[in-house]
Amino acid sequence: MGRAWRFGDNISTDLIAPGRYFHLRSNLNELAKHVLEDARAEFATQVKKGDFIVAGENFGLGSSREHAARIIKIAGIKAILAKSFARIFFRNCINIGLPCIICNTDKIDDGDELDIDIERGIVIDKTKNIKINFNPLPRIMLKILEDGGLIEHLKKHGGFSLEG
Amino acid sequence: MGKTIVEKILSDKSGRDLKAGDIALVKVDLCYVQDGTGPLTFVQWEKLKKVANPQKTIIFIDHASPSPRKELSNDHATLRKIARRYNLILSDVGEGVCHQVAAESFISPGEVVVGADSHTCMGGALSAFATGMGSTDVAVAIAYGKNWFRVPETIKFEVEGEFNDGVFSKDLILHIIGKIGSNGATYKAMEFSGETIENMEVEDRMVLTNMSVEAGAKTGVVASDEKTRKYLKKQGRGKSYREIKSDEDAKFHTTIKIDVSSLSPMVALPHHVDNVKPVEECKGVKIDQVFVGTCTNGRIGDLKIVAEILKGERVNRDTRLIVTPASRKVYLQALKEGTIETLIEAGAVVTSPGCGACVGVHSGVLADGERCLSTQNRNFKGRMGNPNSFIFLASPATAAATAIEGKIADPREYI
Repeated sequence: MGRAWRFGDNISTDLIAPGRYFHLRSNLNELAKHVLEDARAEFATQVKKGDFIVAGENFGLGSSREHAARIIKIAGIKAILAKSFARIFFRNCINIGLPCIICNTDKIDDGDELDIDIERGIVIDKTKNIKINFNPLPRIMLKILEDGGLIEHLKKHGGFSLEG
Repeated sequence: MGKTIVEKILSDKSGRDLKAGDIALVKVDLCYVQDGTGPLTFVQWEKLKKVANPQKTIIFIDHASPSPRKELSNDHATLRKIARRYNLILSDVGEGVCHQVAAESFISPGEVVVGADSHTCMGGALSAFATGMGSTDVAVAIAYGKNWFRVPETIKFEVEGEFNDGVFSKDLILHIIGKIGSNGATYKAMEFSGETIENMEVEDRMVLTNMSVEAGAKTGVVASDEKTRKYLKKQGRGKSYREIKSDEDAKFHTTIKIDVSSLSPMVALPHHVDNVKPVEECKGVKIDQVFVGTCTNGRIGDLKIVAEILKGERVNRDTRLIVTPASRKVYLQALKEGTIETLIEAGAVVTSPGCGACVGVHSGVLADGERCLSTQNRNFKGRMGNPNSFIFLASPATAAATAIEGKIADPREYI
């Protein structure tokens, strides 16, 4: 269980991993201290392991910088819930083993206590006592997530395992 | 059932008969990274440590180039060492923006291209399937020579009519993004077709495919034709031409018709690319810095238009104009043709080829409260290094008119 951190629509990778910290990209733990600081200044210092990011449409638009996904994971976020995601960011998250859940986030407020069942496709808002269903990810993405990321998936199976 | 361009390319490179929605393992012809994403790519790649095709793997040092600080210098040093050790292609300081150099020297019709940079989709102007991916995905493509893809549905844009003087492909793509929104094409391909596109030079088509990702698209593509052949020939790669176009009976997700004959110069206002208005509605906004360059609009034709408008004029005393050619080739041609001289005489600063001020680490970081009008592709908060600044996006012609007036200006009054 973790708390919900609410964000709006169109949270860009420039907001998640600002360009002015470009020089910290090879030092992800330092870069993570600035995660999302231009969107919510208190987020980086107050986020706890197991918390959730809850956003509106098109989360992660912009640059392909995988650092954005990684510093969210380093910050301790368990999963990102949004109405929709930008394509490259979505794939980056799966590749590093960070679940992205596409669901209706309208009813979730900042600070709500959440839990998630990825297999069954359910988000539980314990504060509101409601369940929100979501469509499970495509099989290949679930497999990559289960294996802990794309590189781990390839190592485990000795290559791509697209089937079964 | 016929196929779209992307269905054809992905079928060809997977050896399967694919249609939109299918997931497949696909052979990758060209992989590249830049100095912002390359270090992480090679951290991931270390775990796989093989290169499928060294001479089709390129490391570009273009984003913070030349390096403005020691941490980035160290990243550059690491990338150079890897390139030498594994016999990869290195495009070092001063060669230019990855997408521009890739288009000039590497990408051919029908290829699958992955780059660890979101604007890799620009390569679709040469009828390739080119898409931006994260560092891990590109590391995997470098190692295995393939990766998995979901075949995207295609939105077809049928563009008709002639641009008015002072209106360009940049205005068209800003208009399209303003219309469909920054997630209007998420997970899809955007195919640009119709008489306006057929009459458009490849370098102007690149503006459309470059900015496809700003509507969320996986890629942007244009069918190859005589103009593609001519472009490749000019780059000394005439033999790599191949005809690729969507079949008459291909299935498109949607078809959107656009007539450009009454299109105005367009401007995207802070802080979102889809916050687009015609120039008439934002004229007069004071601008502190004008930036001409980037993979979107830093090509020879762009610099020429700016020089034509600035010839005999001066950059406004309350504005600065920074010009960054997209590549060494562009820079050299602009030098030889006198374009650079005209720009400098008018008061412009010309920086070395690369991404320049667009990345927000050097060559034109904005002060608090400042406004910049740029020919780049993104105006997100903080993009140019300062979250307390404001970025407007427009064509090179609008940029030139704005540099003269020191406020957003209509280029049609100068052409």
